[in-house]
Amino acid sequence: MTPSKDSGSKLIIGNGKILLEGDIDKYSVPDLWKRYHQIEDLQNIEQVDLSKAGLLDSAGSIFIEQIAIDIKQANNLDKPYTELITNYNDDQGHTLKIFSQSKLEDSKPVKPESFFEKIGSNVIDFGRSLFDAMVLAADIFYWAIVGIWKKKGARKGSFTQQSLLIGLEGVPIVAVLSIIIGFILALQAAAQLRMFGAEIFIADMLGYAMLTEMGALITAIIVSGRSGSSIASEIATMKVSEELDALKMMSINPIRYVIVPKFYAMTVCMPLLVVMSIIVGIFGGLLIAVFYLNLSPSAFYNQLINVLTFKDFITTMIKSTFFGWAIVIIGSFYGLQVEGGAEGVGKATTFSVVTSIFTVILIDVVFSLLYLP
Amino acid sequence: MKEKKPLIRVKDLVAKYGETTILSDINVDILENEVTVILGSSGCGKTTLLKNILQLQKPASGSIEVFGEDLTTLSENEYEEILKKIGVLFQNGALLNSVNIFENISIPLEQHTKLPPEIRQKIIEVKLGLVNLSHAIYLKPSELSGGMKKRAALARAIALDPVILCCDEPSAGLDPLTSADLDKLILNLKNQLRMTVLIVTHELASIHRIADKIIFLDQGSMLFNGTIEEARKANIEQIDAFFEVGSF
Repeated sequence: MTPSKDSGSKLIIGNGKILLEGDIDKYSVPDLWKRYHQIEDLQNIEQVDLSKAGLLDSAGSIFIEQIAIDIKQANNLDKPYTELITNYNDDQGHTLKIFSQSKLEDSKPVKPESFFEKIGSNVIDFGRSLFDAMVLAADIFYWAIVGIWKKKGARKGSFTQQSLLIGLEGVPIVAVLSIIIGFILALQAAAQLRMFGAEIFIADMLGYAMLTEMGALITAIIVSGRSGSSIASEIATMKVSEELDALKMMSINPIRYVIVPKFYAMTVCMPLLVVMSIIVGIFGGLLIAVFYLNLSPSAFYNQLINVLTFKDFITTMIKSTFFGWAIVIIGSFYGLQVEGGAEGVGKATTFSVVTSIFTVILIDVVFSLLYLP
Repeated sequence: MKEKKPLIRVKDLVAKYGETTILSDINVDILENEVTVILGSSGCGKTTLLKNILQLQKPASGSIEVFGEDLTTLSENEYEEILKKIGVLFQNGALLNSVNIFENISIPLEQHTKLPPEIRQKIIEVKLGLVNLSHAIYLKPSELSGGMKKRAALARAIALDPVILCCDEPSAGLDPLTSADLDKLILNLKNQLRMTVLIVTHELASIHRIADKIIFLDQGSMLFNGTIEEARKANIEQIDAFFEVGSF
């Protein structure tokens, strides 16, 4: 069975037959296939002669059989194509028999879905997923409310642990990105405002933008990437390794035990992170106001305080809480939906982050329309 | 009767994980057209021996000859040429989850041959037919049961018509019936394709079904190499205990 790379195989036509010489294996078939396709007419050819053929493997066997099938069709022959293969020895006959395509005729493989079938099944899948996500959200809210009074089935210390993971460990990255965004926003605006002598309005622009939009949005996007992915991958890994089933078998509700602590932590930490983001972002802008536009900090503060309203602050806090809930629900949903082991965990994490960011922006649009000044 | 030649020859093999010696002084020949089973209790070094033979782990000392070539001294290209004649069935199938079964089997054919797509397609269909999995050609591995995954992985392992087929715990995680079916399939393929088969397992039923020869490992040493009948007559305490527990 050891295949040879340079077998010097030949395909010769003559005397009403195709004569194959040398080893007919995976190394010689590519060249023989090209030579075979140079034959213009298979008519008057009635057999494939293996009298000078050497070793056959699965590729060679299938190649020979394909020639026989083509000869049968070209000449409209009545006999089975296997009878067109002649002068083979016992070993070659054995190989031809094992790799015969004739056995495959009964078992038609399932064809992949067509383009429109794929669209249809994707729409149905989306509908089902949406419904499942709603059911999960209802479950999480139920257990989150019930859990306030009923401590049974909760993991001790999990709220603190999750708050540290989602909140405290997220502080540095949220702070750094917020100060950079505030800095850039102010820098871009400063150049324009300076042309009109309206430098002082940088405080209005920055304060309003950070309070109503940027602070919450920056934080939500960072938390989606950081905590959303971590929630999805943690739950997905627990699902794959049957830890969630084990919890069920211990009569512990996995949603109550695993997801609700994250939900509580997100409810508390998300608004706090947003507040920090707003303050730090405005501080970034203040640096530009002071060092680039030569405004005094007190003038900046006085201008800023005029534009910030309590209503905007409350709206942002409510909005950021919704962002946090969406991130937990989506992360948990993709984690619980996981199938197919390690690869599934990766997919769940990716889908979770993409969907979270999309949903956060969607919620932002809804809030912007509802609370349009 | 024609004397069988060894396709794999392990000489004075020592394998280590860090400072811990896993295998010591292993000397064994795997003969052509035979099913050789490496067995022993958990942690005895069965999989380590297989991984050393395949060079997935480098031995601390000793040599491993496959088709007369010492793998420990071969260049990367020479080693790859040898690998083309070896098919490996991993414990969990090790199918690529991101692509379907057709593409999984197509990988070695695409990478190592210049076969035209029409012939490749037929080869894949025929190989899947051999493992009774024609209906699953376009399914993803995640859509298959454990037994089906093993069969699909077997189809991939035999894609290039290997001379040697190595199987790591083929029965692991399978029910007795599926396990027996897989054993029959391996035996059938071995007879049809005239392959030399090397299997790592500790499933006694499986060993009885398919083994021509057994290599018994115990705590990193080779206690026995021969047929099952010879093993039973050898009066080696550990082997007797192994077979006794299995027959219980």
